[in-house]
Amino acid sequence: MMRAILGAVAITIVLFMRVPAAHAIDTTSIADPVLEERYLKLTHELRCMQCQNQSIADSPVGLASDLRREVHDMLLAGKSDDEIRDFMVARYGEFILFRPRFNARNMWLWFGPGVLLLVGLGIAIRVIRQRSALVAQDDQPLEEDAAR
Amino acid sequence: MSKFLLPLGAFALLAVVLAIGIKRAPEKSVIASAIIGKPAPQFTLPSLTDPSARVSTAALQGKPYVLNVWGTWCVECRVEHQSLLEVQRLGQVPIIGLNWKDDDAGALEWISQLGNPYAQIAVDKDGRTAIDWGVYGAPETFLIDAKGIVIHKHVGPMSLDIWKRDFEPRIASRKVNPT
Repeated sequence: MMRAILGAVAITIVLFMRVPAAHAIDTTSIADPVLEERYLKLTHELRCMQCQNQSIADSPVGLASDLRREVHDMLLAGKSDDEIRDFMVARYGEFILFRPRFNARNMWLWFGPGVLLLVGLGIAIRVIRQRSALVAQDDQPLEEDAAR
Repeated sequence: MSKFLLPLGAFALLAVVLAIGIKRAPEKSVIASAIIGKPAPQFTLPSLTDPSARVSTAALQGKPYVLNVWGTWCVECRVEHQSLLEVQRLGQVPIIGLNWKDDDAGALEWISQLGNPYAQIAVDKDGRTAIDWGVYGAPETFLIDAKGIVIHKHVGPMSLDIWKRDFEPRIASRKVNPT
């Protein structure tokens, strides 16, 4: 019984481990495991421009397979991840990257929330200080208010 | 009164920013091309109509031209075909076809049945040239000026209205001061 449960657990673990590397659409495989991992990572972070909410790894359309081929060929040619991303951005624009890069145009998106939080904190501190100063001046007993 | 001025001002500012965003939203559904303002990606490809000839961007330089990406598998390309013929009849600039990931026999049949608006047709069998041009869906139509710079791209079917609105003025403005 124990062995059966252990076996089931082992099978489940193995099945789940295979999931990230499963090739539902893409049947490309690279012999070198390091390149294979970079290939999977890159194809999952490049947008398929035809069906824009899918990565090129998940999309069955022709253009996605063409772009996967480019990634594959560039990896085998010894190109770095950044060189491959630059190649794609030069042709398709920043939109092809699911992970937008930090630049002057989107800077406020990255810093905006932090700046707003600081502004909010500043206002909150000022208001709290003013109120506590008012409390210190207030020497009228509360009963007076209640009696009015 | 002044107590409400700051929040009201902030709200007005936000409203203006969002209004501009909503107003500009429709044009954002078309992805701006990354190669506008850049030199046209170079290619030398086999010609569809003449097996012994090649179509090359180097030979096209010096005069403005249009590059139209199409394929027989592309429904919208059939939609725009008549308009391409009309544009060709205007005789303003030559239209170069980029036959994208297509079957030669089918493409030739298409041309003979529907008419040929193209001055030359380059065959991009494996889609590599289309990638260099940042093509993500046919039909796409690029305008290249005399200096070989890509100055405009239209995604989707061409029509005479679009031609007159987006292409003609750009061709005309480049003709005035050819440097």
